[in-house]
Amino acid sequence: MKAVITVIGRDKIGIIASVTGVLAKANVNILDISQTIMQNIFSMIMLVDISKMNCEFSELSDRLKQTAQELGVDIRFQREEIFTSMHRI
Amino acid sequence: MFNANEILETINMISEENLDIRTITMGISLRDCASDSGKVARQKIYEKIVRYAHNLVKTGEDIERDFGIPIINKRISVTPIAIVAESSDEENYASFARVLDDAAKAVGVNFIGGFSALVHKGYTKGDRLLIRAIPEALSETERVCASVNVATTKAGINMDAVKEMGHIIKECAERSRDKGASACSKLVVFSNVPEDNPFMAGAFHGTGEPECVINVGVSGPGVVARALQELDGADFGTIAETIKKTAFKITRMGQLVAQEASNRLKVPFGIVDLSLAPTPAIGDSVARILEAMGLEKCGAHGTTAALALLNDAVKKGGVMASSYVGGLSGAFIPVSEDAGMVEAAISGALTIEKLEAMTCVCSVGLDMIAIPGDTPASTISAIIADEVAIGVVNGKTTAVRIIPVPGMKEGDVVEYGGLFGRAPIMRINPFSSEKFINRGGRIPAPLQSLKN
Repeated sequence: MKAVITVIGRDKIGIIASVTGVLAKANVNILDISQTIMQNIFSMIMLVDISKMNCEFSELSDRLKQTAQELGVDIRFQREEIFTSMHRI
Repeated sequence: MFNANEILETINMISEENLDIRTITMGISLRDCASDSGKVARQKIYEKIVRYAHNLVKTGEDIERDFGIPIINKRISVTPIAIVAESSDEENYASFARVLDDAAKAVGVNFIGGFSALVHKGYTKGDRLLIRAIPEALSETERVCASVNVATTKAGINMDAVKEMGHIIKECAERSRDKGASACSKLVVFSNVPEDNPFMAGAFHGTGEPECVINVGVSGPGVVARALQELDGADFGTIAETIKKTAFKITRMGQLVAQEASNRLKVPFGIVDLSLAPTPAIGDSVARILEAMGLEKCGAHGTTAALALLNDAVKKGGVMASSYVGGLSGAFIPVSEDAGMVEAAISGALTIEKLEAMTCVCSVGLDMIAIPGDTPASTISAIIADEVAIGVVNGKTTAVRIIPVPGMKEGDVVEYGGLFGRAPIMRINPFSSEKFINRGGRIPAPLQSLKN
């Protein structure tokens, strides 16, 4: 099972480190990362494998929400199907 | 792998353009709950609804979190209560509405539809008692919705029922006068009613439906409006193509949620309803789509053509995106629930006559329209007769959800708040239809050939 994590917000030091740290603790493997900074706005999209995740989806979702608050950015954690169903036939 | 633009497009639709799943509606058959004792029947109804739907709200919330898509409403539709209650000894069916309300509260859904009767060709005893109980039922319960089908293309129009519904609507308004006649917002009079519609207030679980089923209604007028705003000066072919593609994407989301809900609840998936349903939120308006096509205000000449294009393109895009499409499927044009419609009505651009014309080319009909409180019952019946005639002759669903607000006159505005929004009191033709409505009887079914 895969999920997509998007992080959008003002750029600062340690965004990737904080987010990937939370994922590593939850035993979530990162499959792909793309990241850009446009006019000081940081945006990162990650495709992750959650099949060996050691906690509930909701728990990781809450932890990422907390990380988002600490970093002052917006983090979304969504199952991949929502994107594939919308953009792939 | 994935494409960053596609992911950001989806996220943008949800966060900026109000894309959401409007409702997951569980249809539950209550046919096996009939009993010659009203008390026993009500007990069975309550237990069955709670047994089937106890997980509905939680499952909806889980899906919402996992996919990051808002699911605004979780609702229930049931077998028309006139059928379920008919074999009981009960004389006042309002008690059945109360038990539906209790069950809805117990499982946490915000509306339950099915306090309904189908009388397009005539009344049974149960139909008569149910319709008589509607004013009490809707004014004394919070979450129950009622509907009455008074006409079909195959049976014609039951003008006795049309006449009676005028009085019932007036009585509903009177009984809820301290709340702006809000009981009327929970009552729909239909022609050609669909049996699998997930949208309130007209939802019920038809007799051809399975034991239990999941139907989903999607929405996203904001997404369509935004897409069109970027097409300044493009021709209609391009506009239709853009709406189709957008409707496809919106509906795929509905299909995904419907399948997921069906799997998690272990209930078969029924249909996705393709309707573009507005809400009072800024940017979530069907009127704005029509205006984005180049009309100064919704209601201006050209509005019917714009709506025809929109409705058709939404269907064409949506049909391929879902394995089963049903319900109403088109564009809703409720007045009070759509900020753009409210603005158009207040400015005088949008009249009831224009809305009636618009209903010829889109789903449903005269929806959430507030009119002066002193409008005679016969005029309301005549409005219903006009609207169902459009449905009957054109072989489509039409409906009337109209609110004669006691004490209010043309130009006033009634505030409901929440999903129901605010409604300006619209102008009604002052000439009488009394003699016409008093005739009673049935208008025969129309010819289905020699179409001109």
